[in-house]
Order: sequence, then C-alpha cells, then structure tokens
Amino acid sequence: MSKLDFKNFFDLRVTIIWIITLVYFFPIFWMFLTSIKTEMQSISIPPLLFFEPTLENFFIVQERTNYLKYAFNSIVTSVCSTILGLLIAIPAAYSFAFAPSKYTRDILLWMLSTKMMPAVGVLMPIYLITQKLGLLDTQLALIIIFAMMNLPIMIWMLFSYFREIPKEILEAVRIDGASTYQQIRNIVLPLSWGGLTSTALLSIVLSWNEAFWSINLTADDAGTLTALVASFSKPEGLYWAKLSAVSVMSCGPIIVLGWFTQKQLVRGLTFGAVK
Amino acid sequence: MSNLTRRLLLTPSVISLLLWMIVPLGMTLYFSFMRYNLLYPERFGFTGLLNYEFFLTDPAIWPSVLNTLLLVGFVVIITCILGITFAVLLQSPFRGRGIARVMLISPFFIMPTVNALIWENLFLNPVYGLFAFISTSLGLPVIEWLSELPLFSIIMMVTWQWTPFALLIFMTSLQSIDKEQIEAAEIDGASEWNKFVYLTIPHLLRPIAIVVMIQTIFHLSLFAEIFVTTSGGPGYQSTNVAFLIFAQALMQFDAGIASAGGVFAIILANVVAIFLIRQVGKSLML
Amino acid sequence: MKNKIKYLLSLVVTFAAFGSVSAGELTVATVNNGHMIVMQELTKHFEEDNPGITVNWVTLDEGTLRQRVTTDITTKGGQFDIMTIGMYEAPIWGAKDWLEVLDFDSSYDVDDILPAMRGGLSANGNLYAAPFYGESSMIMYRKDLVANAGMSIPDNPTWGHIVDVVDAIHDPDNGVYGICVRGKPGWGENMAFITTVANSFGARWFDENWKPQLDTAAWHHAVSFYVDLLSTYGPPGSEANSWNQIMPLFNEGKCGMWIDATISASFLTNPEISKVHDQVAYAQSPVAVTNRGANWLWAWALAVPAGTQQKDDAIKFVQWATSKEYIELVAENKGWGNIPTGTRTSTYENQNFLNAANFADAELKAILSANPENSTQDPTPYVGVQFAAIPEFQAIGQAVGQHISEALAGQTTVEKALAAAQKAADREMKKGGYY
Repeated sequence: MSKLDFKNFFDLRVTIIWIITLVYFFPIFWMFLTSIKTEMQSISIPPLLFFEPTLENFFIVQERTNYLKYAFNSIVTSVCSTILGLLIAIPAAYSFAFAPSKYTRDILLWMLSTKMMPAVGVLMPIYLITQKLGLLDTQLALIIIFAMMNLPIMIWMLFSYFREIPKEILEAVRIDGASTYQQIRNIVLPLSWGGLTSTALLSIVLSWNEAFWSINLTADDAGTLTALVASFSKPEGLYWAKLSAVSVMSCGPIIVLGWFTQKQLVRGLTFGAVK
Repeated sequence: MSNLTRRLLLTPSVISLLLWMIVPLGMTLYFSFMRYNLLYPERFGFTGLLNYEFFLTDPAIWPSVLNTLLLVGFVVIITCILGITFAVLLQSPFRGRGIARVMLISPFFIMPTVNALIWENLFLNPVYGLFAFISTSLGLPVIEWLSELPLFSIIMMVTWQWTPFALLIFMTSLQSIDKEQIEAAEIDGASEWNKFVYLTIPHLLRPIAIVVMIQTIFHLSLFAEIFVTTSGGPGYQSTNVAFLIFAQALMQFDAGIASAGGVFAIILANVVAIFLIRQVGKSLML
Repeated sequence: MKNKIKYLLSLVVTFAAFGSVSAGELTVATVNNGHMIVMQELTKHFEEDNPGITVNWVTLDEGTLRQRVTTDITTKGGQFDIMTIGMYEAPIWGAKDWLEVLDFDSSYDVDDILPAMRGGLSANGNLYAAPFYGESSMIMYRKDLVANAGMSIPDNPTWGHIVDVVDAIHDPDNGVYGICVRGKPGWGENMAFITTVANSFGARWFDENWKPQLDTAAWHHAVSFYVDLLSTYGPPGSEANSWNQIMPLFNEGKCGMWIDATISASFLTNPEISKVHDQVAYAQSPVAVTNRGANWLWAWALAVPAGTQQKDDAIKFVQWATSKEYIELVAENKGWGNIPTGTRTSTYENQNFLNAANFADAELKAILSANPENSTQDPTPYVGVQFAAIPEFQAIGQAVGQHISEALAGQTTVEKALAAAQKAADREMKKGGYY
C-alpha cells in the first residue's frame, strides 16, 4: 500500500462517501438478506443480521410459478419494445437533428407531453382496443405499448446525441452520393454508438419495471415479472421472506445489467445537457 | 435534405404517437360525456357534463391536485440536492469509486412496486419494521410512517429511487467541467465552497433543467407507490390525481367519471407543461 | 442488421401467436391466499383424472385480482375460464347473468353446503358460485391473560363485558395491548369489522328508501365506541393494521384479544408460527342492543363467467375443487388442520377435523348464526352482513373507511368523519340513480 492510499483511507471525504453509500444501498442489501431468511426470522425483533441462510424461499417461488416463463416474457417485451422504439426513433431524431424546421421544438415538446397522461386515465380505451384487436394477454400488445410509452424519451435522447455530430461530415458523404439510409447507417449510428446504447438501456429498464399495463393486460401467457411480484404481494399470513425472494429474482437481472453497463450509462445519459 | 425525406423520416414517429395519443384521448373524451359504469352496461348513454360535475365536486379533488404538486415538487428538489451532493463527492477518484458508484445507482433499477413493498414492510412497518426497531432502541417513540406521515413516506420512497437518476446525469455532466478553469481558480486560492458555487453550479444548470423536466413528466402520473402502500389515505392525505382517477376507474368501475378525470389530468399536465416544460425546454433546444 | 431485426420481429409474432388459447386449457384467476396455493398444488390430481385438460393459474393479491376479474367480466374480455370471487360479487353478477349457473351432478351433494353460504352465493334461486372456503368473525383471546386478570368470557358476551375484560388485560408496559382489530381503510378491511359493530349497535347502511344512514345516532355511537376502544387499548399504528399486520402481532403475544375472521384461528394455533398457540380461546362476537349482524359472513368462491368456450370443463373443475373429495385430498396431503373450512356441513361432522381444529365448534356456530338477509335491527333493502350487495357499495365502503381511519388516527373527529362519510355515500347513491 502506497503512502498516498494510506492517507486516502482516512480521508474525511472518502469516509463520508462510504457511509452515505452503505446507508443508501442498505434497503437492497436488506431485501437480499430477508430473502434468505425463514418467514419467522424475517419478522424477528431485534432484526437478525447473522443467521443460517436458507434458499427455501427461492425454491417455493419456483415451485409455485413458472419463473422462467415470466422472466422470458420480461426479456422479450423489454428487448423487442426497445428495438421497435429505436426503429421509429432513429429516423425521427435524425430528421430533427439534421433538418430542423421551425416546428421542431413544438413537435418535440408535444411528443414529451404525451408521456404525462396518467395510464389509469386511458385504461378502458386501451383495454377495449387491445381486446378488439385480439391482443389481450399477448407479448405483442405489451411490446407496442412499451415502445410508445418510451418513444418520446428515446427520440429526445437520440436527438441530443445526433446534434453533437458535426454537420460537415454528413455534407461530405452526401456530396459523394450517399443515401439517407447510408448516412444513418455508416455515419450517424457509429458516431453516436454510446448514446444509442444508453438510450436502449434506459428503455429496457423502464419497460422491465413497468407494472400497470403488464398486470392489467395479461393473464396467463404474457405475464411479466411485475405480474409475478403481484402474485406474492400481500397474501394472508407471513410473506416477507417469499416476497423478498421473488423481488430479488425479478429485479436481479436488471440490476446486474445495470451494474455491467453503468460506465455506459454514466457516459451516455446526458439528454443534451453537455455542450 | 429534401422536405420530402424529412417528412418521411418523421412520419412513423409522428403517426404512431398521434395514434397512441389521439385514439385513447378521443375515446376518453367520448366516454367522459357518457354514463358508463362497467357494472351497469345497460345504462350506457349520453349524460352531458354530469361526469365532470361529479369528478370536480369530489371532495378529494383539490387535496389531490395539491398532493400531486407537492409530490412532484419535493421529489424534484430533494433528488437534485442529493444528486448534486453525491456527484460532487464522487467527482475525484478514490479507491473503490467504481463500486460506490454502482451501489449508489442501484435503486434506479428496482421495480417501483418492489420498492414500495420493501419499504412498506421491511422498513416502515410500525411493529416489525427496521425503523421501528431503531426508534425503540434509541428510546424514541415509534413513528407510524404510513398513517402519520403518508405523503412524506411516499416522497421518501420515490426520492430513494430517483436520486440515482439525477446522480447519473450530474456525474456525466461533471466529467466535462473545464479542468483548466478549476486549476486556475485553485491557483487563485479559491475555497472549495467558492469553486462549488461559482464553477460547479453554473456548469450544472442545464443538467438540473433536464432532471427537473424528466422527473416532472414521470412523477405527475405517479401511481404504483401510492397504490401499494397507503391507498391514498388516511383520508385523502396521500391521494394524488392519478390515484383519484384510479379509484374512480378500478375501485368504483365508473369509466365515465374516470374519463372525465383523465381529461382533467391531461389539462393539468398541460398547464404544468406550459409553465415549466416550455421554459426548461426553451433553454435546452436550439 | 436489418435482417436481424426482421428476424427478431418475426420471432415476436410467433410468440404472440403462441398466446392464443388452445382447447382443453383452463385459466383460473385466483387470490394468493394459502388455501388457493394448496389448490394450485393439488390440481395435478385433477389433471391426471381428466386427461386433455390442463389448468393455468393467474394468482394475484386480493385488490388487483378484484380489478382484473371485474374488468374482464364487464367487458367480456374472456381471459379467464374460472374466477375466484367473493360473496359480494356473486349475487350481483349472478343477477346480471354474467356467470354460468352451476348445476352439479348428484355426487356433489349440494345440500351439504352450509345454507348461509349457499344463500349468499345465489341469485334468483340459482347457485352462481361454489364456496371454496368460508368464514365468519369471532372473538379470539388469550385465556391465560383473561384468567390471570380474574375474568372470564361467556360464549355470547356483550360489548360492555368485553370492554371490562380488555381493560383488565391491557398491559402496554409489558407489550400486551388489550385488543387488536382492523383499522386499515377499505370496505373489506376496517369497514367489515366496523359494520358488525354498527349492526349490533342498531345501525344500518341504508333505510328502506336507500338513503344512507351514516349520520344517525346509532352509527355515531358505534364509531365513537370503535375509535375510543382502539385508541385506548389498541396497538400503535392501528389505523394501518389489517389482518396481515395483526396476525403476527397476536402470534408474538402482543394482543390480548382479536375479533376477526374465524379462519385466523388456524394460524394462531399453529405452533410453528405462534408463540401463544396453546393459550387461544374463542367466543362469539360481542353484541350491544341487538344480536343481529354481530358477526360477518364471507366466502371465497369459484365461478364460471358466462360465454367461456370451455364451460363444461370449467364447471367440472369448480365441482372438483369445492367437493367433499377435494377436502379429503387436502387432508391426506396437508393434514386435517389445513383443509378449507366453512363450506360444508359434513366437514364439521368429521371427527378427524374436530380433533385437529379446536375452533371448529365456535366457527360453525358463528357461520350458522349469520344471516345476510336479516342482519340489522331495522329493516333494510339490501343483502349482506358486513356489506350491502349493490355495485355502489365498494366505492361507499372505501370512502367511509377512509374517513373513519382518519378519525382513528386523531386527524379529525368522529362527528366530522361521519358527516363527510354520509356526504360521500349520498353522492354515490345519487350517481347510481337510487333517488
């Protein structure tokens, strides 16, 4: 250990950071800890920090439900809705960034304002439409809804990345006769790859965690992990440990994805705030 | 680029969002003038402004508007303050910074329903919750969070989840702060506080605007946390507009009044949009 | 890249196509309570006996389930072949012909179903939902604490006597609260209990002209009594307590008395989760000015929505899950102490069950004494003990529950709470076109 590190170790700022970090992370740690307790241990007073861990709750969850089916639905709906969203958002953001008109700002703001309508307010219309189209309890319905839900944010994020690309580069290839598709594919996307991935990540996270539509529009076939959580929430009897286990199983994959991609997110989530 | 290409490129997004907005909105408007209780399908018919009258004379309406604004306001302010604090603390490297960063942003990935369930049970339960245990160990009276401080409890849960979002954006932004300027200030003997006030804060103004705007958009229709924990109570103390509409739509099954509520919420959102989003938006675009 | 995307999209469409219902698949919507979880587990026996039928489950918490099934049935969504509904929904939906009439073959022995249950799940003389498990409410108390205080509780106590007992056993310094009852707002939460108190104080929800009665003296007495009782002798945080919070409290030895669902007894006497399992005794719900409607009546029941394409298979499943044979199957696999109770006379004649459940007599007595058709001192136009079986009641019960929980939390007075409650109820009834 070098002298500098040793000094750093006692640095007041670093101590404060670690205290804050541990306190802030504690709820997640506690959820995990509760998931490996028995139901009786989970309500013990004083709360138990040291105990013999058990995986029983995870087995119970798997026994009662088909975890993999729910997880699969979550993956399919969040990934496909993100792809669908990107397919629609990329051309729009390109047009906003490289061929702005006097309406660009208004259209963008209008798009963002569609996100402010509370989902419960349009439940019946959406439910009836989905039913008429025969899409109740299908992944397709969720994919479309999630894509629409996240589209405004995606367009805006991509727009802010595309704007950073010097127009001269595009001018140059355009003179060489590159089509719009070629420009997007060969220049714009490679140059804003970081922004593209963080946009996709944010969309995946938001879709994964969506609970209202995924509970109200699904039954047995297309239920996602948020519906799985609902089936363990507040039954009669003791349930904290099982609830924690199902929470760990449902949030685990997306947290791990977040951990692995955090560098990307830290670099990418600018929303055009950095000039 | 030709006008045609530009329009073609915009078409899919504009059309799909228009459909996404106009169709449900149109149906919502239509239902809002209809007597439409799911439990009385045979009574379906035109009812004029009666649904609006019932929604607007609901004793919960003004408390719920106030709660909506309080929720958005407090969450936005607290997440910004905490987010900036964390970002500044994390700015210069130290051993384990990557791990600290990962731990601090983790709450953002938790499902809102799970967030609410975990807080409600493991922490805020007045008998077995961790907070109750801490209070009793310190000899303090136990706080019944969800009944004594319902709105505060919800703000706490949402803040815990969204501070990481603010932190992410502020961290990103701080990476591009002008290092030379800071060095120059240090040579001039500027204190840490002065550097923060005169260099960091001005640099963060745009990201703050972004955080305010995006969170406003998300929290105006905040629902899951209230649904899971307080059901809007006690009384109307934690009922916001989204939850009030929900109570009409899915607890009373009155799609007509819920639609009137939906129209009301859209108007409210647009008022907020005009005052806030446009101002923030103006400073961000073009 | 484009090809990949095309491939992915086609994959999605394939998955979506998977979703369509194939013949022989039954989808059951149910609550995530213990008895239903056991049913889910034992369904493999049904599937073995009925090759070609597979059963899929949608399990949700009570509130979400109620919203899902109501939206589905009112819009003819057709997502479920069998729905778990309560005694509140069954007569309303049945009268509207939203449910199939349940005609079982003679082996089912429909006359074995307890008359109160059968009545509460029927409309126009037809059975629309088959009871899966049923309950009433009763007093559960700590006999050690009551004996130590030199008191006793008769089988049919009055509220006056109960207050004396509660006062004698209340010992907060040692972590024992005299009484625990529900305080969390909701028509199936605090209002279920409060309505039974109000009934026995001579109150009623509506008069013969459907006018809400919440501003009457009887309601005022009942609610003041409830608020005083719980704020003097209840545990902290009572206004947020529902069954789920109180059950562990009692099991930890923190409640001297609890008045709630009869089914709770099986949790309190389970040595694995209860520290006081050998000290629990029972009595019928206390009465004040009348003995009508002092204890509630509830059942979770299975119903088949009208228009399902698999009516015969669905009814076959409902018959299986609510039969005597099913109860025996549960006993075989889980023990007699864990069978679904409160539905059949034969259950209470079975010696194995009586040996395993010391609360059986008290529970049967409570269920038999409940009469949804006549549960108040003064006549009413509605059916139901702790609720009124009309569509408006959910909204009214929710609003009134909110106001009373606010009074319990000390944030408003009983007077103001009831005035606000009366106003809310009046609005709903006007909206519903009753007057």
